[in-house]
Amino acid sequence: MSINHSNTVSRINSPKTTYQYDEFDKDFIRERVAEFREQVRRRLEGSLTEEEFRPFRLMNGLYLQLHAYMLRVAIPYGTLTSQQMRRLAEIADRWDKGYGHFTTRQNLQYNWPKLIDTPDILEALAEVDMHAIQTSGNCIRNVTADHFAGVAADEIEDPRPTAEFLRQWASAHPEFSFLPRKFKIAITGATHDRAATLAHDIGLRLVKNTSGDVGYCVIIGGGLGRSPFIGKIIREYVPRTELLAYLEAIMRVYNRYGRRDNKYKARIKILVHEKGIETIRAAVEKEFATMDHTAFQQDPQEFERVAASFVSPPYEALPSESSKLTKARLETPAFDHFVSVNVSEHKIAGYAIVTVSLKPINGIPGDATSHQMRILADACDRFGFGELRVSHEQNIILPHVKKDDLFALWQTLTAADLATANAGLVSDIISCPGLDYCSLATARSIPIAQAISQRFSDMARQRRIGKLGIKISGCINACGHHHIGAIGVLGLEKKGQESYQITLGGDPGFSASIGEILGPGVSADQVPEVIEHLVDFYLAERHETEAFIDTWRRLGHARFKDVLRREGEDGADI
Amino acid sequence: MTKFKHPQILLASNLKDGEVVFLGPTGWERDFRRARIAKNQEEAQILETIGKADYSANIIVDVYLTDVEIAGDGTPRPLHYREKMRIKGPSVRLDLGKQARGALNEH
Repeated sequence: MSINHSNTVSRINSPKTTYQYDEFDKDFIRERVAEFREQVRRRLEGSLTEEEFRPFRLMNGLYLQLHAYMLRVAIPYGTLTSQQMRRLAEIADRWDKGYGHFTTRQNLQYNWPKLIDTPDILEALAEVDMHAIQTSGNCIRNVTADHFAGVAADEIEDPRPTAEFLRQWASAHPEFSFLPRKFKIAITGATHDRAATLAHDIGLRLVKNTSGDVGYCVIIGGGLGRSPFIGKIIREYVPRTELLAYLEAIMRVYNRYGRRDNKYKARIKILVHEKGIETIRAAVEKEFATMDHTAFQQDPQEFERVAASFVSPPYEALPSESSKLTKARLETPAFDHFVSVNVSEHKIAGYAIVTVSLKPINGIPGDATSHQMRILADACDRFGFGELRVSHEQNIILPHVKKDDLFALWQTLTAADLATANAGLVSDIISCPGLDYCSLATARSIPIAQAISQRFSDMARQRRIGKLGIKISGCINACGHHHIGAIGVLGLEKKGQESYQITLGGDPGFSASIGEILGPGVSADQVPEVIEHLVDFYLAERHETEAFIDTWRRLGHARFKDVLRREGEDGADI
Repeated sequence: MTKFKHPQILLASNLKDGEVVFLGPTGWERDFRRARIAKNQEEAQILETIGKADYSANIIVDVYLTDVEIAGDGTPRPLHYREKMRIKGPSVRLDLGKQARGALNEH
């Protein structure tokens, strides 16, 4: 059952700046939809049991959650066209409840689909080159990338062609469809890590060797969850033509030696931790040296074909400064704040990157209504060459906006409650759905995010505090990345009550670190108060432009623990 | 088999749409207030037997017993906060889930 609404037209007048499915891709997706439609039919008529059907639905991104099924839609390397965003809105209205939730894997989740409707939803997605394949299960998941890819001023090379290559390599890879556990890859081409590459099973960084050739620094064994680890470099430089072969070698070693007897010890991070990086490196290099590279040798022409999909849009030659922008900033303080906080430097003069926060004060992090999705689709058609990005921080990016257009864009966003000027600030909180939706959760996380956001609702105060990442998970699986939050919050069950463990010192960047536990768990209503005390201490102690994480590193964990101990002694009941 | 400590109800998810359902006197109900309450181990086993049969008959999935207390009006109230959530819907979206259809918020 297809959607043929007139507003789902292709991006008229928009250049092709992202990978376009060829007939091979389209046939593959269509065949998978037809296959799943038949599996659902057989399940409903009773010829497949739940045990038999469960792996099939998970392979197609369909979970069973607390209140309903949940469908996780893949957004490869976080790149969306306006047409695709409109389709996501249409699906939300037609088969769900008018909204979607953007996740830390740059995916989108629908929280209320019916099993009987899922084949139609997947067909509607396939019509715009989207799917939900490998968003679940013990396989290579959606490859994530720097959300500023291709436009960042600090970039060596756009990582998306490589990410697309990896998508094609990993999709339905027969050898890696039943790995010991799920497997996550992230890639960045920039000198700042916006993709948390050190917190992934494999992290890739585009680097140049001494000859100036672009290749990859390969990191393995990072991951969050029950046992968090920062990834380790397995090879400083892999030439572009050898990347797939080298990754194949890593995956083979993991597939062979990764533990299958205990799901909690089955991720590659545990293998690397238990065997040691030297042992794993030796095993990978041996496999790499002896395997047949023929099938994985990258064809430079094919890479160029894929890379050509990610061409820059036809930027105008503009001066780097915009007098229109300067005037609007002077006349409208709220807009000036938005530009200061949510607008980033673009590699092209006269253009800017805009982060649209999905974290309004007291909002649900990552949620967008179908109306907001349409506004974003229209806005990027009007102001941004029809292209959007989803960040792992659960925000939306317009990557190509003329500085001259920023004020008009801001007005459009403001009307749709999409102009909260808090990107990277204390209320730009990463949060998993937690126990409000998730069947694995041990506590709620969204209400904690809302309460913190309310506590710091004064935007001037937020700007004074500066960049500060708070990340909240509703269980030890750490979908909310709490381990790498400068302030992390983990929801647990303690004696039949929700309890929250706070960590300090996490860092998702190139200087990655895992947060340290502050002390015993606190109740939900104490979390904002504890965080406020920590922030006040930081403000009192920080050097002029020092970020929270740097003050914590300079002073040490014990000093921050002492703050709460003193507050407790003063009767603050913390 | 775990020791019977509290009255129990049987809940599951409807296969076709995933909504939480409760075993009532004559079948699966979408309102927990119509759930059949097991007041001893034997009654709980009867509920479980029906649940297993309906699971095998592909009517429901994810079926399990949960502890409840009995309110003044004789209807069950889950003891654990997870199931308290399941009988209503998301606490952050009161316009969604079962709570959006009926006056369940007093429970």
